[in-house]
Amino acid sequence: MATEVHNLQELRRSASLATKVFIQRDYSDGTICQFQTKFPPELDSRIERQLFEETVKTLNGFYAEAEKIGGSSYLEGCLACATAYFIFLCMETHYEKVLKKISRYIQEQNEKIFAPRGLLLTDPVERGMRVIEISIYEDRCSSGSSSSGSSSGSGSSGGGGVGAGAR
Amino acid sequence: MSVMVVRKKVTRKWEKLPGRNTFCCDGRVMMARQKGIFYLTLFLILGTCTLFFAFDLPPREDFCVDEENVPQEEENKNRCRYLAVQLSPAIPVFAAMLFLFSMATLLRTSFSDPGVIPRALPDEAAFIEMEIEATNGAVPQGQRPPPRIKNFQINNQIVKLKYCYTCKIFRPPRASHCSICDNCVERFDHHCPWVGNCVGKRNYRYFYLFILSLSLLTIYVFAFNIVYVALKSLKIGFLETLKETPGTVLEVLICFFTLWSVVGLTGFHTFLVALNQTTNEDIKGSWTGKNRVQNPYSHGNIVKNCCEVLCGPLPPSVLDRRGILPLEESGSRPPSTQETSSSLLPQSPPLTEHLSSNEMPEDTSTPEEMPPPVPPEPPQEVAETEK
Repeated sequence: MATEVHNLQELRRSASLATKVFIQRDYSDGTICQFQTKFPPELDSRIERQLFEETVKTLNGFYAEAEKIGGSSYLEGCLACATAYFIFLCMETHYEKVLKKISRYIQEQNEKIFAPRGLLLTDPVERGMRVIEISIYEDRCSSGSSSSGSSSGSGSSGGGGVGAGAR
Repeated sequence: MSVMVVRKKVTRKWEKLPGRNTFCCDGRVMMARQKGIFYLTLFLILGTCTLFFAFDLPPREDFCVDEENVPQEEENKNRCRYLAVQLSPAIPVFAAMLFLFSMATLLRTSFSDPGVIPRALPDEAAFIEMEIEATNGAVPQGQRPPPRIKNFQINNQIVKLKYCYTCKIFRPPRASHCSICDNCVERFDHHCPWVGNCVGKRNYRYFYLFILSLSLLTIYVFAFNIVYVALKSLKIGFLETLKETPGTVLEVLICFFTLWSVVGLTGFHTFLVALNQTTNEDIKGSWTGKNRVQNPYSHGNIVKNCCEVLCGPLPPSVLDRRGILPLEESGSRPPSTQETSSSLLPQSPPLTEHLSSNEMPEDTSTPEEMPPPVPPEPPQEVAETEK
């Protein structure tokens, strides 16, 4: 865990934030939390389309599992109602458990797939479940120009975007 | 140096949240700014139930109906025996259960996050602006920009997403911006001054159960007050009864006026739940009328709709009110979530606050409990070696 954290810290130190891409929500199935699997053009040179789509589809699967309406969710709801919702003081909801799983999955993906390619995925929960934020880093050592897509400048936005995730 | 840093007050995210909410208990409680009517609601419920339990129901000792333990006055003897002894001891028990349930749901409705959507960070807002400009093309100076709307197809029907200029996001379907709280709320129903909060996705079921249990409680108290007055009038006459028990008269009046409004509201919301609609949509007429789309969120089945709204999965709050803001100064030690200690300590600013993990008694905000997916700030390495 410590070495993996160090690797990501190395990435941040040696790279500068070039731009950020935001994967928006896909509302075609209603209000359930799903993200668009459309491949953003900014990531064209950084990651394979298939890997990206697989990540987003897995995340969508997790969210669908969290919001699944079925026997177990009804049971949880009825039990909570019967205890006047006091049970939530000691018990974690199914949704929260799945969100933890999602967080672990995102961290894993960052370590194995995204960080080596100079990308960083931010957990959607930290952005109000609105977007999946992908930060694209340029290697400081390389001579490539860092294009800043956002108007607020890469330095402050990098601090704000990544710092907000660090708690 | 480190001692000086540790004594610095920790800033939690709720202190910097935009919007017009008030927070209590260090971010655990979230309400609207105007709370006066909420206090009135509390007062009415507590007051009426206190009168009911004090005057119409006997103390517990009298369940044994022991002559010596009954209070001395003749009137009290009669009163004490009436409801619990003459009718059933289950009366106070059921009343107490209803009272506790309605108070619990009221507090849950009032104190929890209704489903506020956090505002877009500057990067995200800029990205969306770029997308909008790309779609609409550059607008010449002085001309009004076209309305920012995105169209989505949900269940074979076109639903428009509107752009919120305050929050700088495209609002999800069924979300609306509350002008009183100045927040976008998911599945926005309405802003209820009686509970002092917005009613939205996360607290609608609590609100519904509150008005339902309050209706039952009001009917219950009203009915048993009538019974009490009737039984007593048989012995001492109607006018004498009214003179002796002014509390009962007051309760009847309060219950009578409450009954019409609360029971009516419960009926209305039952109708909405059965059709999986929100008050906001009903008022705007989103799904009614000839040329409008049908409600794409309804399952077509009343039971299924009720189950989804009342027993469906409950999403946690994404606001992260109790998260700790990283400190700006370089010499300071940003708090780490890996440090653990008791979570429910009283809210003292210094060291204990700094070390407490961010568990909340009511609304657990999961992001704090998860290992951060992003690496922590470099100064934290210094902090960890200090430990």
